[in-house]
Amino acid sequence: MRIFDPHIHMSSRTTDDYEAMAAAGVKALVEPAFWLGQPRTSVDSFVDYFDALVGWERFRASQFGIAHHCTIALNPKEANDPRCTPVLDLLPRYLAKDGVVAVGEVGFDSMTEDEEKAFSRQLDLAREFALPALVHTPHRDKLAGTRRTLDLVEAAGIEPGMVVVDHLNEVTVDVVDQAGAWMGFSIYPDTKMDPDRMVAILQRRGLDRVLVNSAADWGRSDPLRTRATGEAMLAAGFTEDDVDKVLWRNPVEFFGQSGRLLLDVPEADQGATFAGNSLLRGERA
Amino acid sequence: MNQTLLAEWCAEIEADPTRVRTRFPAAAREIGRTPGTSPAPGEDRVEDDVRVRLLSALGRGLADDADALSAEVHDLYRFGDADERRAVLLGLGHLQAALGDRAVDLLHDALRTNDPRLVAAAVGTYAARLEDAAWRQAVLKCLFVGVPLRLVAGLDVRADDELRRMVADYAAERRAAGREVPADALPLLPVPTPSTRES
Repeated sequence: MRIFDPHIHMSSRTTDDYEAMAAAGVKALVEPAFWLGQPRTSVDSFVDYFDALVGWERFRASQFGIAHHCTIALNPKEANDPRCTPVLDLLPRYLAKDGVVAVGEVGFDSMTEDEEKAFSRQLDLAREFALPALVHTPHRDKLAGTRRTLDLVEAAGIEPGMVVVDHLNEVTVDVVDQAGAWMGFSIYPDTKMDPDRMVAILQRRGLDRVLVNSAADWGRSDPLRTRATGEAMLAAGFTEDDVDKVLWRNPVEFFGQSGRLLLDVPEADQGATFAGNSLLRGERA
Repeated sequence: MNQTLLAEWCAEIEADPTRVRTRFPAAAREIGRTPGTSPAPGEDRVEDDVRVRLLSALGRGLADDADALSAEVHDLYRFGDADERRAVLLGLGHLQAALGDRAVDLLHDALRTNDPRLVAAAVGTYAARLEDAAWRQAVLKCLFVGVPLRLVAGLDVRADDELRRMVADYAAERRAAGREVPADALPLLPVPTPSTRES
């Protein structure tokens, strides 16, 4: 089983996790920029964090044979803090880089005006840099937040296929599906989704445009929930190829739209045929 | 590697040095890169060669203004990812006639990291400008993080008694812990005498 975890916060995880993930079949991942579990108080903290995402964390992952990518953004929580919002002016520096495969996590936390302003501005950046957008949906008032998200995406004039709306569940999946956006599901030990509920959604609506992630971070979470979902799919009668589509080809297709993937594992060659994907544009050594 | 585009970009940067700010980060995906995200320290990589050529073009574009060249190089490093920073470090040796000591602080920054690829890129010819104490620490750091000592420019000429003492202490600590001493440290160690030889 080859696994691409499309949403995991590795800077909060240990090398034990990297080792276990590699052993479970994880060959690539995307680490979205988010908050740190406690609020930042200055732009400089963001800069050091972004530097780690495009530097040290990429190196740590490479030691375990895992291709590390990231997304860059001002997250919705900290969009409410005037000490943090000037980081928006620095984002273009990072959105031009290899391995930066989307603008994210953007979206809503408490559905404030400031959040909406930062969200819209960053959707514009996604269009300007021809990058996909990774959208976080709120824990509270999730369905309303998801609907408002889809309105803003439409207003920004972004192709729905360039957007993944994340942390979905049984209640929010259908509106996103109908809008034509990608659907992200975070599989958690207790909250969010679990592997069996995930399988039920896949049985009901099929495998297209679905991304399954562990969203593991500094809270109680498990970087191997992607693998557990693959196993639950097999136990429910899905084929190996179905599992490969959900856990590998789908994320390669979605993030490949950036032209910035750094996948060089041999199996990734077939991924290079996806439209607009230039992951192997570099000359062969 | 797309040689035509590289030549175009070099000419562009030479004419308008600020263009390096957007060309340098995009160079690998637009001109060429060696596949793989886990290069060995010191490995020859297409994207490094490409970016060093862009830096040389920057040096020609700012040939009459060393301070402006230094500021541009510092910004490329400050806002660079690990690959871009590595290329800046590798390029310093090509720019040293113009830069003088202006970019020595970038070596210090790289040598504080634990990324062997950055450490390896920081011990090239430009490292001749490090003061003795910092240079010895850099050599020792190479041993610690697994950067082969053949990548240290001018090691044979510059290795002094103090470095040999530091490497000997390092070897003693490794042996006390029952670990191997890296083979490339051996030439720097004193010839064992009966009192220091292991039983």
